Amino acid sequence: MALSREQLAQRVAQELQDGFYVNLGIGIPTLVANYIPEGIEVMLQSENGLLGMGEFPTEETIDADLINAGKQTVTAVDGASFFSSSESFAMIRGGHVDLTVLGAFEVDEQGSIASWMIPGKLIKGMGGAMDLVAGADNIIVTMMHADKKGNSKLLPKCELPLTGFGCIKRVLTDLAFMEIKDGAFYLLERAPGVSVEEIVSKTAGKLIVPEHVPEMNF
Amino acid sequence: MAGLNKVVGSYQEALKGLSNDMTVMVGGFGLCGIPEGLIAEMVKTGVTGLTAISNNAGVDDFGLGLLLKSRQIDTMIASYVGENATFEQQMLSGELNVILTPQGTLAEKIRAGGAGIPAFFTATGYGTPVAEGKETREIDGRHYVLEPALKADFALVRAWKADTMGNLVFRKTAANFNPMMATAGKITVVEAEHIVEPGELDPDHIHTPGIYVNRIIQGSFEKRIEQRTVKA
Repeated sequence: MALSREQLAQRVAQELQDGFYVNLGIGIPTLVANYIPEGIEVMLQSENGLLGMGEFPTEETIDADLINAGKQTVTAVDGASFFSSSESFAMIRGGHVDLTVLGAFEVDEQGSIASWMIPGKLIKGMGGAMDLVAGADNIIVTMMHADKKGNSKLLPKCELPLTGFGCIKRVLTDLAFMEIKDGAFYLLERAPGVSVEEIVSKTAGKLIVPEHVPEMNF
Repeated sequence: MAGLNKVVGSYQEALKGLSNDMTVMVGGFGLCGIPEGLIAEMVKTGVTGLTAISNNAGVDDFGLGLLLKSRQIDTMIASYVGENATFEQQMLSGELNVILTPQGTLAEKIRAGGAGIPAFFTATGYGTPVAEGKETREIDGRHYVLEPALKADFALVRAWKADTMGNLVFRKTAANFNPMMATAGKITVVEAEHIVEPGELDPDHIHTPGIYVNRIIQGSFEKRIEQRTVKA
């Protein structure tokens, strides 16, 4: 079975380490905050100027001046700090964030990523994504392995305008967890019940498959 | 106005000198931390041909979206089109010239503009459409793009507290682009929630020193929320 949105978030959460500062993108990455393992302390960075993002507020504590990068109302945890956008991106560009999780339309075997526009169809703008992928060393991209018609989103070369060039090293899809190195996807894990054959058939880029591919553990 | 007292009594006075084809920076992230009254006044002035620099363009019927609707903006420099349908439609039709700029690069371009730095190198956007036509350089084995600084004729800023000399304190994530923009306007106008006397703000707690600020107006804010989310 392909992973659900919640399972994608759960699998990413297994990569969190005690003491990490983490930036979670909009969408599935945001859900990672719900699965922080017990006994682990992490601080969530929101690029609009908040380090130490907490849960959603109640009707009583809602504050229009306190939002996350998805413009949702949030709270701040004890030990949080607020700062300007330039300070926020100094943290990001300067490599101070330990883990960045974000979504994508396409990723290729060189580690390039496309996530901000589909010419003629959709222009969202890149927001902070170009800075995040350029500034972070430890990035996990969460995405669908293929579109609804079965066309692979893991390509030899991205077809859409790039967000970043050669900067992605790990990709988690609804089917597989992969590393990107030396111009190829390396299959690390497969979703429970998903066959290696299915992953191979839905990966257009170069895919290296080891003899044994373990299933993900939840 | 007298001496270093920068408080003005009306929005007209706050935007005095704003004319067609000027460049205007507007603080805020989404609808959070925007100078609501100053934006409304810009609409009223009817100035056109503006170049607006702001992270987003508000929503269709609030924030900078109002100026897009009235077609007063020619060029928009922003990082995110987001949920503003007017913005996306004017951009796709070519009616509006849009320079999409990565958020961190945008923030740093404004910071540099205010700090007298003409341009800087950043790895952000290398190998992407953002770098097209720009000078690049390899430094210690990594590729960087040269990004010029940004300045504006007017910078419109929202602060939580201002003293009459223009020392500013921002509140929570309403700070966002406001502190940098305050430094990068030829004329910086602050719309404040609270105006206090000099000495009332602890000098240790001031985010933006008054030297950057030219005019201050007392605002009143609707503080509309874009994505109202509460705990289940």
